[in-house]
Amino acid sequence: MKCSEFLHELTNYLDGVLDEHTKVELENHLSWCHNCYVVCDTTKKTIEIYRDSQLYELPEDLRSRLRSAIMTKCQQHKRRGPESV
Amino acid sequence: MGAIQNKLEGPVTDELALVQAAKKGDDSAFEELVRRYDRNVFRIAQHITQNREDAEDVVQEAFLKAYSNLAKFQEQSKFYTWLVRIAVNEALMKLRRKKPERTVSLDEDIKTEDDSLPREIADWSPNPEQQYTQAELREILSKTIQGLPPGFRTVFVLRDVEGLSTEETAAALELSVPAVKSRLLRARLQLRERLGRFFQKRGNGNGDGKSGDGNQ
Repeated sequence: MKCSEFLHELTNYLDGVLDEHTKVELENHLSWCHNCYVVCDTTKKTIEIYRDSQLYELPEDLRSRLRSAIMTKCQQHKRRGPESV
Repeated sequence: MGAIQNKLEGPVTDELALVQAAKKGDDSAFEELVRRYDRNVFRIAQHITQNREDAEDVVQEAFLKAYSNLAKFQEQSKFYTWLVRIAVNEALMKLRRKKPERTVSLDEDIKTEDDSLPREIADWSPNPEQQYTQAELREILSKTIQGLPPGFRTVFVLRDVEGLSTEETAAALELSVPAVKSRLLRARLQLRERLGRFFQKRGNGNGDGKSGDGNQ
């Protein structure tokens, strides 16, 4: 496997959807190609850091204000009929 | 090095029952759907709009649209995927209104070639995120993802942050599966490269993110 082929399969590899044969070839490539190993490892870390970051969490007070505003608007919509949105 | 595990396989068992009750006029069932997905919709909206007030508006508008169009929801897909599609469209509309000079589209042309290797390949410190406080890290992550085109960060947030499958992401964005995969790869690689400026090993070059040892 060449570096460009590794890159082509990287997303499938990280998502765990590679067939067994390609996976073995890719892991063999990673065992000797340091650059691709680093790309694979740091891309995986990138995903994990974003996934675990709790970026843009909705604070509880804002959450209840939004929910209450949504339900009020929904009830207004119900009273006025389907043409109001 | 194994595959990434998705954190979210949403509780869908009684989702359909809630949707059906809401369709019959049970507002408390709809409120339960709001309670279940409001955090996700807010996160998606803020990732796309990069603005908190806009994200708040998107949450309200998306749920109101879902409520008023519930009769049209076919129940062949998950309610959550349908809701995400509405929220993404609302968020992109907000962006278009704010930046009319720039085309905001999921189909925008991207300069990077799929098969080009990353320019900078420098290894990161172990647990690089621990070099920063929570607030600093959030700032870094937020600034970094802001630099991606909206079409890229939308695919990334749905797939990697919210844990939708590739097929669900494609359905929510009305893109093909290969288009989602291609955008996801580019988004992941661009974020990796940008984060490297903050996370790469000290002493592995000049520390300004240009110490990669080149492509092979």
